[in-house]
Amino acid sequence: MTADPPDSDTPVVCDHCGLNVPPALLESAAEHQFCCGGCAVAFETIRGSGLDDYYAFRDRLAEGRQAARGAGKGYASYDSEAFLDRHATPTAGGYQSVDLRLEGVHCAACVWLVERLPTIADGVVEARLSLGSSRARVVWDPKQTSLSPVAQTLDRLGYAPHPARDASAHRAREAAERKRLTNMAIAGALAGNNMLMAVALYAGVFEGIESQFERLFRWLSLGIGWASLAWPGATFFRGAWAAWRARTANLDQPIALALGIGALVGTANVVLDRGEVYFDSLSVLVFLLLVGRFLQARQQRWAEEAVGLTLSMTPDSCRVVRDGELTEQSTDALEPGDEVEVRPGELLPADGEVLSGQSAIDQSLLTGESRPTPVAAGDPVFAGAQNVAGTLRVSVGAVGNATRVGKLIRLVEDGLADKPPIVQFADRVAGWFVIVVATLAAANLAWWTSTAGLSEAIESTVALLIVACPCALGLATPLTMAVAIGAGSKRGMLIKSAAVLEKLAAVRPSTPGRLFVDKTGTLTSGRLTVEHWTGDGGLRRWVAAVEADSPHPIGRALLEALGPAEPSELEQVRDRVERHGFGVTAETPVGRMLIGSPRFAAEQGIMLGGDVAQAIETAQERRLTTVVVALDGQGVAVVSLSDELHADSRARIDWLRSAGWRTEILSGDTAGPVAQVAQGIGLELEAAYATVAPEEKLRRVREATAEPQRLTVMMVGDGVNDAAALAAADVGVAVDGGTEASLAAADVYLLEPGIGKLVELVDLGRRTMRVTRRNLTISLGYNLIAVILASAGWITPLVAALIMPLSSLTVLASAVALGATTKANEQN
Amino acid sequence: MSVVFVMAPIALVLAGIAVGAFVWATRDGQFDDTETPAHRMLFDDAERRDEPELTEQDGHPET
Repeated sequence: MTADPPDSDTPVVCDHCGLNVPPALLESAAEHQFCCGGCAVAFETIRGSGLDDYYAFRDRLAEGRQAARGAGKGYASYDSEAFLDRHATPTAGGYQSVDLRLEGVHCAACVWLVERLPTIADGVVEARLSLGSSRARVVWDPKQTSLSPVAQTLDRLGYAPHPARDASAHRAREAAERKRLTNMAIAGALAGNNMLMAVALYAGVFEGIESQFERLFRWLSLGIGWASLAWPGATFFRGAWAAWRARTANLDQPIALALGIGALVGTANVVLDRGEVYFDSLSVLVFLLLVGRFLQARQQRWAEEAVGLTLSMTPDSCRVVRDGELTEQSTDALEPGDEVEVRPGELLPADGEVLSGQSAIDQSLLTGESRPTPVAAGDPVFAGAQNVAGTLRVSVGAVGNATRVGKLIRLVEDGLADKPPIVQFADRVAGWFVIVVATLAAANLAWWTSTAGLSEAIESTVALLIVACPCALGLATPLTMAVAIGAGSKRGMLIKSAAVLEKLAAVRPSTPGRLFVDKTGTLTSGRLTVEHWTGDGGLRRWVAAVEADSPHPIGRALLEALGPAEPSELEQVRDRVERHGFGVTAETPVGRMLIGSPRFAAEQGIMLGGDVAQAIETAQERRLTTVVVALDGQGVAVVSLSDELHADSRARIDWLRSAGWRTEILSGDTAGPVAQVAQGIGLELEAAYATVAPEEKLRRVREATAEPQRLTVMMVGDGVNDAAALAAADVGVAVDGGTEASLAAADVYLLEPGIGKLVELVDLGRRTMRVTRRNLTISLGYNLIAVILASAGWITPLVAALIMPLSSLTVLASAVALGATTKANEQN
Repeated sequence: MSVVFVMAPIALVLAGIAVGAFVWATRDGQFDDTETPAHRMLFDDAERRDEPELTEQDGHPET
């Protein structure tokens, strides 16, 4: 495959990642072909370290192909004391340990490669990678090496490392999960042993049993039962008590009621040596309920951890001018008054003012503005913006929390704190449940007292209270949510909280909701595409050749649409001068070419003929981005570009509208492109707001949630500018490519840009709630039958022992069916 | 007195030991990542195939 001629029909694939190699990068003379620089470096590193086995593993294990994307930067700041203090911990043997998040981990072969780090990088003692969370723990010997070469090696392999900033949150989540797992296991062991006691006692009922053994098993059952209530089961009593004090209802209350009464009466029966023991049922109940809760919590944690994978908004390190020299240091150590250098492609570490240099910066994450803004000396710049073109020297004005980004993050935190707690569906039902059961029990007690006597009345009422325990419901609700969250994450929707599904399902045409969409990334792809070309078609290839090296989005869009540029033509382009935000001029064989905005063309004294002027006017009327092409001072062609609308945005918005969502656009972008998008999806212009500042987005969402009708408000966005609004909305949805702040604020994270996943999410919410309601009906049906039997005095221990697992099994099957239908939908 | 009076508590003590072992394993972090070790096992196998002499000589293929 190494000698494939470039013109052959089979595309040449990259020797590292297996993706197709773009024709421009083919080197027919070279032994190996690569699709990008990152892959070439990774291949070289892997080969050089004798780790070729990686490719064998990868071919066997990886489902998709992914190019190696190292950041290719230095990691000198990783050696600074500030960095090590914050992120590294000393371990036994004088070693240091650090948790890193790796980009680009995509298959089990990556685990193998990363864990071979000790053989590649000197001084590394151990490397462990967790595939699910892309989190690697690296232990190194500080006497032999420092952290930066280790980080650089990972980067060269294509896994750009980042310090795990949420290490403490991660540890807290891990501790909570361990506790839940331990509780579940203990409850399981106790339930299993109590069932053995019950088997002995039931066998005794049918076969006869000596009274001394019966007493033994009853007392053992009592002991085990109390253990499961006092240890793992205590969580239900705590939950019920907390809800009682807050004067709210939750599912823990009817559960705690049944557990408590069962335990008291069971104890009395054992001590007085009469009647039922109940403890076997109570132990199993505790276990099943804990299983349901554990599964839901684990699914939610997976979603949360996966969301945490994205990068932070400000760089970890920056280059500071100290005593006239450039040194790389941690961003945390930056102070106002410092001078930093920001190279093309890097993020700005702090707010400040440009001292020297000319460039364009992409502030889209901060402001929503989709096109880079030109900056020169004296212009203000903000932390988190990306430098697109030239190297800048920036005088630092504000750092950390004082930056605009920092303030936005505080707004997000405030928004999250202000969010009202959610009353879950099952808890709402539980409130009614308690009232109904209490009423029935009182009526039952009164009826039996008047007809049969007090002792029979008590016995029948206790049986009623125990069989009315909503254990099927308590198991089914978390289980259904766990299945739904799991199905969601398989399809690229990471749902952090199950309550979101309920809220989504509450919206229907009769009870509408309001949907705020951010424009870029959601409705459009955020990429410019060429809409129209007016003029001589023969010039296209020269336009492509002139724009071939441009980093500007417009240049790249032109190259993509009109190229690819032939290498022979590229050589003939000379004296290329680019002015950022304006345009480019160059010498070509067909003449001196200018490509740029109409304003740039006018500045350069270009003559615009009738046709060309007409075309410019039409394009600007249609609110498209307009580019003029001129040859030797004469305008010859006009290109119009638009931010491409996702192919099915219109149909999906229509679907959402028919589902009851009133859609509005809140964009930080300028009026022209926003109006164009609104038109494209069939939205009235009044519902499309342009140049909306982050603070205003927050205000609008707050207003919407504070309306007296209490419509459900969903906000979809990706940038930092959306984060505060995401936090304030009832349902905050972040889309792929979003920043850390927006992900932390959002309830749901969609792995794919576009509105398609949003439709799926709404649909998933509706189906989940349908299943939850079905489970509720089934479970209440069983409870109703049991209560009728109990009040009629027909309930026997055997009937009770049969009804409980039967009802639990039915709702289990019903919950699992949700996962199955989701899978079936996926295949369609 | 029947043997049941001895055996039943012993069975419970054994169950208690098993629960204790599970709690220890959980605190030790053995259930924190249930995905990656399943893959790691495959790699160990492949390495052993690559280095047959080492395995046969001292049975410590992990170096």
